[in-house]
Amino acid sequence: MAVLVYIESENNEYKKSAYEALSYGKALADKMKVQVSGLIINSTEIESLKNYGADKIIKIDNKDLQEFSAKKYSHAIAKVIDSENSSIIILSSSANSKYLGAYLSGIIDSSYTSNVVSLPESLTPFIVKRTCFTNKAFSSTELIGDIKLIGVSSNSFGLHETHSDPIIENFQIEAIDSNQKTIKIEKETGSVTIADAEIVVSAGRGMKGPENWTMIESLAEVLGAATACSKPVSDMGWRPHSEHVGQTGKPVSSNLYIAIGISGAIQHLAGINSSKVKVVINNDPEAPFFKAADYGVVGDAFEIVPPLIEKLKTRL
Amino acid sequence: MNILVCISNVPDTTSKINFIENDSKFDSNGIQYIINPNDEFGLTKAVWMKESNDASITVLTVGDSSAETILRKCLAIGADRAIRIDCPANDAYSVAREIESYCQSNTFDLIICGRESIDYNGGIVPGLLAGFLDYNFVTNCVSLEVNNSKVTCYREISGGTEISESDLPIIIGSQKGLVEEKDLIIPNMRGIMMARQKPLEVVEAKNISSKSIDKKFHKPQAKSEVKLVNPDELDKLIDLLENEAKVI
Ligand SMILES: Cc1cc2nc3c(=O)[nH]c(=O)nc-3n(C[C@H](O)[C@H](O)[C@H](O)COP(=O)(O)OP(=O)(O)OC[C@H]3O[C@@H](n4cnc5c(N)ncnc54)[C@H](O)[C@@H]3O)c2cc1C
Ligand SMILES: Nc1ncnc2c1ncn2[C@@H]1O[C@H](COP(=O)(O)O)[C@@H](O)[C@H]1O
Repeated sequence: MAVLVYIESENNEYKKSAYEALSYGKALADKMKVQVSGLIINSTEIESLKNYGADKIIKIDNKDLQEFSAKKYSHAIAKVIDSENSSIIILSSSANSKYLGAYLSGIIDSSYTSNVVSLPESLTPFIVKRTCFTNKAFSSTELIGDIKLIGVSSNSFGLHETHSDPIIENFQIEAIDSNQKTIKIEKETGSVTIADAEIVVSAGRGMKGPENWTMIESLAEVLGAATACSKPVSDMGWRPHSEHVGQTGKPVSSNLYIAIGISGAIQHLAGINSSKVKVVINNDPEAPFFKAADYGVVGDAFEIVPPLIEKLKTRL
Repeated sequence: MNILVCISNVPDTTSKINFIENDSKFDSNGIQYIINPNDEFGLTKAVWMKESNDASITVLTVGDSSAETILRKCLAIGADRAIRIDCPANDAYSVAREIESYCQSNTFDLIICGRESIDYNGGIVPGLLAGFLDYNFVTNCVSLEVNNSKVTCYREISGGTEISESDLPIIIGSQKGLVEEKDLIIPNMRGIMMARQKPLEVVEAKNISSKSIDKKFHKPQAKSEVKLVNPDELDKLIDLLENEAKVI
C-alpha cells in the first residue's frame, strides 16, 4: 500500500514533467498517510530527486532497457508494482509515459485515467479531476479497483519542493523479450519542443506564407519558446505536422501562449485552453481569439512582431 | 491480411459541450456525430493498404444503435464490413475488454485505433487492448509499412521520430501524418450505394464492468475580459507579461 512514481529520464536527466509527477506522488502519499517511492530506469542521477520528497528510490539498471520500449518498460514496472505492493502509480503526461501508461494498465488489469489536473477530491471513493472533451470540460472521475494508475497532466499540479533523504534500492529484473525493436531515432537538435516548452509562439494563416516564419522563429528564440501553428498552416505544408496544435493536433499546456495571425476557431482553442496565459496579435478586433485571450494587440503582425522582438532583446 | 479499425463516434468538433442530469451526462441533444478524426486517418490508411495488398477491413464500434450512421459512413469510405458491439461506451476499460473479446474469436493481423478520441480523449483504449491481447503496439503513429509479416512504424516523439520494426500482429494509434488531411476520402454516390449492401453486424456485449466512472462534469470558469495593449505601446505588453502575469 504505497504510492509509486515512475520517474522518466533521458540520458540521465529528468524533465520538468518527471519532477511534477514526483511532486504529485509525494502530495498524494501525504494525503493518504503512506510512503512514496520513485522508480528510475537506467539513471544514476539521484541528487535532484531529493528535492521532491521521495521516501525511497528504486533503481533498475539493465542493459536490455537501455532504449525506451513501452512493452519492456511496462513489464519491468509491473514487477516493481507487484513487489512493492503499490496501490497507486503516478505517471507524467510525456509522450513516452502516456504510451506506456495504457499498456501497463492493460497488463496489470488496473484502472487508469490520464489528463489528471489535481489531487483527488476524495480518497474513498477515489475521485480525481481530469480534462475531457479536449479541454472544453472537466470530469470528476471515480477510479475503481485495487490498483490505480494516474497520468498527471503537464503544468497543472506544478513543482512542490520538499527535501527528503530517500533509501536507494537496486531492483534486479530480467527484461522480457520482444520482436519489436527500435531501429532509429531521429531528433531535431536545439529547438524547444511544444511538450516541454514554458512558452509557445504560434502563428496562423495570417502570416500569409511560410517565408514569413523567420519573424516567428526569432520571437521564439528571444523567449526560449517552442514554435507552433494552426491546422491549415500544417495542412498546406508551411510548417511540419508536429507543430499543429488544437483539438486534432497537439495539446499545449504552457505558461504562455502567443498566437499571431490565428483567428481562434473553437478547434484551435480547445487544444490550448489549458495554457495559463494567452496573448493574441491579430488585425481583426472581431477575431474570436480575443474572447479567449488574457492580453491582446489589435494590429498588423508584420508591424508589431519585429519591434516586439527588438524590445525583448534589450529587456530580457 | 485482416485489418480491424476501431471507430469512436464523437461529437463534431464545433459542438457546444453541455451536460444534463445534474451534470452527470453529456447532453447529446442537437449534436452532430462524426468519425473520430484520428480514426479517420487510420481508416484511410487501411483503405490504401487494401488497394495495394490483399486486405480486408472490418470497422468496429462499441456503442448503441445511434453509432450506426458513422459505421455506414466507414463502409462508404471503403471498409468491407462493420461490427457494432451493443452496449454504451462507458469507459476505456470496458470498451477495450469488449473489443478484446471480439478479437479472441476473430483474429486480426493489424488493429488500427486512433491515438485518442476527441471526447473522453484519454488515449487509453489502444494501449489497453495491446496489453490485453499481448500484441505489439505503437501509438502516435505517423507512418506504417507492412511487408509480409514485418511492420515498420514511425512514432512521433518529443522533438523527433522513432522508427521501429516488429512482427505482426500489431496495434497502432493513428494520427494525422499517417495520411494527410487532403487524402481523406469523401464517400461518393457509388460508395454510399455499395455501403448499403455491406454487412453491419450487431454483436451482443459481454457487459464488462467499468473501472472508471464520470461522476460529474464541470465547465471551465468563464474568462475575464482581454486586456488590450496599443500597438505602439509594446513596452506595456512586456511589463504586463513580466510583472502581472509573471510568465517571462
Ligand atoms: C474536424 C476539424 C478539426 C480541426 N482541428 C483543428 C486543430 O486542431 N487546430 C486548428 O488550429 N484548427 C483546427 N481546425 C480548423 C479550424 O476550424 C480553423 O479553420 C483554423 O484554426 C483556422 O486557422 P487560422 O486561424 O490560422 O486561419 P484563419 O481562420 O484564416 O485566420 C487567420 C487570422 O489571421 C488574421 N490576420 C490576417 N492578416 C493578419 C496580419 N497581417 N496581422 C495579424 N493578423 C492577421 C486574420 O484576422 C484571421 O483572424 C479544425 C477544423 C475541423 C473541421
Ligand atoms: N466506443 C469505442 N468503440 C470502438 N473504438 C473505440 C471506442 N472508444 C475508443 N475507441 C478507439 O480507441 C481510440 C482511443 O480512444 P480513447 O482511449 O477514448 O482516447 C479511438 O481513437 C478509437 O480508435
